[in-house]
Amino acid sequence: MANYYKLIVMGLITLLAMIAANYGRDVAYQAQAVVVMLFAAVAFIITLRNTDEPVPVSVREQSYFDDVVRYGVIATAFWGVVGFLMGTFIAFQLAFPELNFAWADGLANFGRLRPLHTSAVIFAFGGNALIATSFYVVQRTSAARLWGGNLAMWVFWGYQLVILTAAIGYLFGATQSKEYAEPEWTTDWLLTVVWLSYLAVFLGTIIRRKEKHIYVANWFYLSFIVTVAMLHVFNNISIPVSLLGSKSVQVFAGVQDAMTQWWYGHNAVGFFLTAGFLGMMYYFIPKQAERPVFSYKLSIIHFWALIFIYIWAGPHHLHYTALPDWASTLGMAFSIVLWMPSWGGMINGLMTLSGAWDKLRTDPILRMLVISVGFYGMSTFEGPMMSIRAVNSLSHYTDWTIGHVHSGALGWNGMITFGALYFLVPRLWNRERLYSLSAVSWHFWLATIGIVLYAAAMWVTGIMEGLMWREVDANGFLVNSFADTVAAKFPMYVVRGMGGVMYLAGALIMCWNLWMTVKRSPAIQSAPVAQPAE
Amino acid sequence: MEEYTFLRQFADSWMLMFLFAFFIGVIFWAFRPGSGKQYEETASIPFRYEDKPAPSREHDK
Repeated sequence: MANYYKLIVMGLITLLAMIAANYGRDVAYQAQAVVVMLFAAVAFIITLRNTDEPVPVSVREQSYFDDVVRYGVIATAFWGVVGFLMGTFIAFQLAFPELNFAWADGLANFGRLRPLHTSAVIFAFGGNALIATSFYVVQRTSAARLWGGNLAMWVFWGYQLVILTAAIGYLFGATQSKEYAEPEWTTDWLLTVVWLSYLAVFLGTIIRRKEKHIYVANWFYLSFIVTVAMLHVFNNISIPVSLLGSKSVQVFAGVQDAMTQWWYGHNAVGFFLTAGFLGMMYYFIPKQAERPVFSYKLSIIHFWALIFIYIWAGPHHLHYTALPDWASTLGMAFSIVLWMPSWGGMINGLMTLSGAWDKLRTDPILRMLVISVGFYGMSTFEGPMMSIRAVNSLSHYTDWTIGHVHSGALGWNGMITFGALYFLVPRLWNRERLYSLSAVSWHFWLATIGIVLYAAAMWVTGIMEGLMWREVDANGFLVNSFADTVAAKFPMYVVRGMGGVMYLAGALIMCWNLWMTVKRSPAIQSAPVAQPAE
Repeated sequence: MEEYTFLRQFADSWMLMFLFAFFIGVIFWAFRPGSGKQYEETASIPFRYEDKPAPSREHDK
């Protein structure tokens, strides 16, 4: 019966999207409407074909819902490659401005592609990794099937739709110019619906759990889902100019808007890229090391300290602005205090290997997970240091910031996701092992050396340009023009681009390896029955 | 009293105290007597139901 309602809703959405595509006031809006129309029409046909088909309920309740995790793993690998490719291309655009082709002006110049890169890696690659792993982990640690039946599938496909509409908006210039929250109201509203469905599936599964306690990974995942819902809604309070156009007007203005934006922006780092990925750490490192987490007490203190402190750290993005001094001092103080829970978590992850350190020599997947925690420790030391006002006066607006972000994103988020993908694919496709462990080693070294090239180049160029900007002569005049710093940065920009190429090459090797694992690796035989020797 | 001033004073005093007390409480909670044994059990959750969910209660009977 529910399918009939679904058909009505899908049909109506298809129709409304057609109308919107016809009457839309700008190209971005019209293109988004066409994509929504196609999604809804395909969903309509699929629902129609499955209506009144019998569903074996008993089988479903006695197994985990892993289809959605498999989709998520594929999407993670795909969007990862897309995002890394975009990043590498715009890195070379900065080194060689001729790559801003005249024929693609207004579509594929740096300004249009940059949000495409950041959103592709954070929200498409990272977001799909989080959704897929959280669905995998919450089922295993709750000993229960995902709540809500096919609602999880809607979460997955709805999220892909968010990614596509956001990307279309960026290319055609429909953005609200808030960093990491660029999409206009159309995509924002869609994401709100998808995200609340995600919360419902996750929370519903936890409520249905058969284990007495909620495992710590689920605490981190849940805090990530809840906080992102809150941040997203508050940072996107805007009034559309027309229901048939992309443009909207922000309700907050001036420094309030800036503070809301960086409260959002820093907690996107804190809860999307940290808390959610810590959920991954607390499941996949114990599983791969085959031993429970080092200290469960520490993990509880880690959780509460992290979420109590992270939420205040945003104002450090607004040193020396119209923001009152007390607010920026508060943000700075909390950022420094944040060092402690971050390192507490890092120690907890690393020490989980105590007694099993030898596995690092033989297991490249574990090596990947461990180096990601190492990069986490490094960037959570660098971050508090850069939030100090005096350091920030040198580092702000320079490439040091970009280097810091990438040592965190490529090192911590990227590496732990790769480790999780290597862990998941053989299990999800019922394979004995990965196709090639030496390919994992190649990926590991390419990615690690790529990150080192990237971060080192950005430290050098960032500090150099910060010093050049503030250099004054005996009479108090600035010594360097802006163009001087740009010229001086060229060699480091090329090195950074090469780092990106290596990181991308590693990811391509991973995709090949995962593909071959599914195609060629031997399947797990059903458990042999033990027979006594004759 | 103006709304801003009221909220500001509330945040500076009672709310700050509440959050701080809650946080200290969490630390004491984690180290309460007998917690170690229970956490050992909780920490081993990932190693229990790898392949399929726990059987529902009707099946147990």
